[in-house]
Amino acid sequence: MEKSLTQIALFAALIAILGLIPKIDLVSGVPITAQSLGVMLCGTVLGAKRGALAVVLFLALVAAGLPLLSGGRGGLGVFAAPSVGYLIGFPIAAFVAGWVVQTWRAGVGASAFAGAAIGGVVVLNFIGVIGMSVMLGKTLFEAALLAAPFLVGDSIKAVLAALITQSIAKMRPDALLSRG
Amino acid sequence: MLTLTYLNKTWAHGLPAGGKLAALALVTALLFALRDPAHLTLAALGAAGLIASGGRGFARASQRPLWMLWPFVAIVAAWHVWLRDPAGAAIILRMITAVALANFVTMTTRLTDMIAVIEWLLRPFARLIPPARVALAIALTIRFIPVMLLRAGDLALAWRARSPARPRWRILPALTLAALDDAARVAEALRARGGVD
Repeated sequence: MEKSLTQIALFAALIAILGLIPKIDLVSGVPITAQSLGVMLCGTVLGAKRGALAVVLFLALVAAGLPLLSGGRGGLGVFAAPSVGYLIGFPIAAFVAGWVVQTWRAGVGASAFAGAAIGGVVVLNFIGVIGMSVMLGKTLFEAALLAAPFLVGDSIKAVLAALITQSIAKMRPDALLSRG
Repeated sequence: MLTLTYLNKTWAHGLPAGGKLAALALVTALLFALRDPAHLTLAALGAAGLIASGGRGFARASQRPLWMLWPFVAIVAAWHVWLRDPAGAAIILRMITAVALANFVTMTTRLTDMIAVIEWLLRPFARLIPPARVALAIALTIRFIPVMLLRAGDLALAWRARSPARPRWRILPALTLAALDDAARVAEALRARGGVD
């Protein structure tokens, strides 16, 4: 009981930290923030339920007024902005990522990549695009064009999430709760 | 860590957080029901007046978070100018007004009051998610953000001591692992002190 609570709390903190790490430091040349990588890791490492709860906790702190989103954004304003779909999609993305890793019992690396790609790229962008389409009064296709340039960075993050999950599986085989 | 609350008190700081949030939800829903640019212009002017009532410093600080909207404003403006469709003005006005009003509530409400509202909203679900656990999880997260930020800095320094290249993503496995190990240690410490109800 205590352990799942502390894991949820510390992974919520991890998402925040990954948003504070300077953009350019992640991979040379591609300006991406690591925040959605944190969301993917919540799912692939903690599993569907705990991963999603960690993301919900993170979002609650953002809504309460802490500037924890990348670029020091936060507060209620970000939930009224056109990118709100991505925030709503965050916990769902973590849940799907965790669910894939729990369900598809292939090698950790392969199933973590599949989970991060399906949850953190496909599902997250799908919900994000719906959000932009509603908020900006555009068709889904037009909104998808706005999201397209970010897919490259998202795919890199899915690869990184898989590599990180795999190295954790090697270093602490019993710590990978998505495979508990 | 600094919160987004504006430190100098305005008249709106004294209003109850729950009331401000309920009003914000209502006004935002109303904004999305409005279609006429003239009505939305009135709403935007109303929001500007509300922000101006907080004083000059407050008004200036309120503008900063709105800058995150400029890519959306630019794209919508370009799109609708190209199509010669006046509906773009309504979309932009609604977007800026909604975000500005939400920021107004955030800037005039203390973090503790906001968290109290979250806990109040969770009360019907007390059986599923005990409020004491939510409070503990919130406190742990807030406490561990600076701890983990320091650790990320240490890991980057350790990397630089050994390599001329920048650390990039390679410190992330260690950072994630540290979060897992910390979680195990904190859980043990909690259990040693009587555990979580």
